Amino acid sequence: MIIASNVTKQFGKLKALDNVSTTCNRGECIALIGPNGSGKTTLIKSILGMVVPDNGFITFKDKNILHHWKYREEIGYMPQIGRYPDNMTIGQVLNMMKDIRNQQVALDEDLVKAFSLQNLLHKRMRTLSGGTRQKVSAALAFLFNPSVLILDEPTAGLDPIASELLKEKIIVEKEKGKLVLITSHVLSELDDLVTEIIYMQDGKLLFHKKIELLREETGESKLSKAIASVMVKSLYEKNI
Amino acid sequence: MKKIFKYVVTDILRNKIVLIYTVFLLAASLSVFGLEDNSSKGLLSLLNIILIIVPLVNIIFSSIYIYNSAEFIELLVSQPLKRKSIWLSLFTGLAASLSLAFFIGAGIPVLIFQPNTIGFTMIAVGILLSIIFVAIAMLATVNARDKAKGIGAAIMIWLYFSLLFDGFVLFLLFQFADYPMEKPMIAISAFNPIDLSRILILLQLDVSAMMGYTGAVFKDFFGTFTGIAFSIISLLLWIVLPVWYAAHKFNTKDL
Repeated sequence: MIIASNVTKQFGKLKALDNVSTTCNRGECIALIGPNGSGKTTLIKSILGMVVPDNGFITFKDKNILHHWKYREEIGYMPQIGRYPDNMTIGQVLNMMKDIRNQQVALDEDLVKAFSLQNLLHKRMRTLSGGTRQKVSAALAFLFNPSVLILDEPTAGLDPIASELLKEKIIVEKEKGKLVLITSHVLSELDDLVTEIIYMQDGKLLFHKKIELLREETGESKLSKAIASVMVKSLYEKNI
Repeated sequence: MKKIFKYVVTDILRNKIVLIYTVFLLAASLSVFGLEDNSSKGLLSLLNIILIIVPLVNIIFSSIYIYNSAEFIELLVSQPLKRKSIWLSLFTGLAASLSLAFFIGAGIPVLIFQPNTIGFTMIAVGILLSIIFVAIAMLATVNARDKAKGIGAAIMIWLYFSLLFDGFVLFLLFQFADYPMEKPMIAISAFNPIDLSRILILLQLDVSAMMGYTGAVFKDFFGTFTGIAFSIISLLLWIVLPVWYAAHKFNTKDL
């Protein structure tokens, strides 16, 4: 569904993405894992067209996304840090997005209800706590029933109940055959979610594997242990 | 595109600074016309106020507004919207609401006290200047990611057009005093929208008779249809070129 070929992006001297190529198919739930600053968010932003790659291209449903915008109708994006106009209320933000997207699909307001955002509609965005802001971002990402969900650190800042609700919602959507891309540092909560792993380091994509394969190779059943053993190995190789 | 335009305009019109700007213009123009018994003199005083205040307020307000909407822009860019239409909606929203503020603040008093060609020219020039300085602000802000840098650049641009450019022209005139500089001056004036606006209006007032030989040459040129067309096209280019270049830059900007 999403194919990246030799995507390279440089910010000044820093190579944020270095020749990244991968294929993401529908029905998968893919975890993007890597140390801080390994280029996960840059890769996500390139898929969304917020960052324009220096080299290489990305296709969405076999169409190059460069300078196209229509494909974003099929993507729900939850940013790492949701930033919204300060003096708008939650209700206004939700209405504005509905107005702007103006899509003829049934709205999926499950998360709005689950997070009971309807009781907070009159609150201004600047008065919100980080967690509530995350809830708004999550609700917006799922609102238009998109076929691709891109979640950047979805559970950071959410309380345990909310992050459990979000996880359940992600599983429901995955079962419907949607493509879900998640970045997270909390590996333990990815265990029952993901089907594939993309591991990035220093802007390079080190591997993209099915989770069963990874478990087999490392001999660890827990994702966190499996990744840890990969990280140690790659650090060890780097030092040699 | 219409929807974003609507959000931008309602947001700006609720802004208190725009209200204060309108009230200030209204107070200035009413008092100027009230103080002078000859309303054409009043127009001249108002011209000087407008040529300083309008560019300053427009360029600074627009650049701060664009920086403050960084979140809004980021949110929109991740949505199924064309980048160009996001950028152009921001521009048209800013230009429309600031022109409206100018029209209410200065345009209506001028229409009451001077409903003639000079008055109409003045309103048209004021609105064009408003739009031009919004366009220049868009250009200054698209290049600088840093807020302080972008707003600083906007202030420097205003300073350049309001003060430094005249100094530069004077310097040129003194250096080349032995040569006929009248015709090149016409071309040079096109490089400053504020000067161009001033010339356009002054030449319609009687005071242009006091500007000497240069004034005569200017009147000879800017008084004709070609001259007016030349100045209007120059002013329009001052809108189109910055907006086009800024939109082009924004299209490939990383957010």
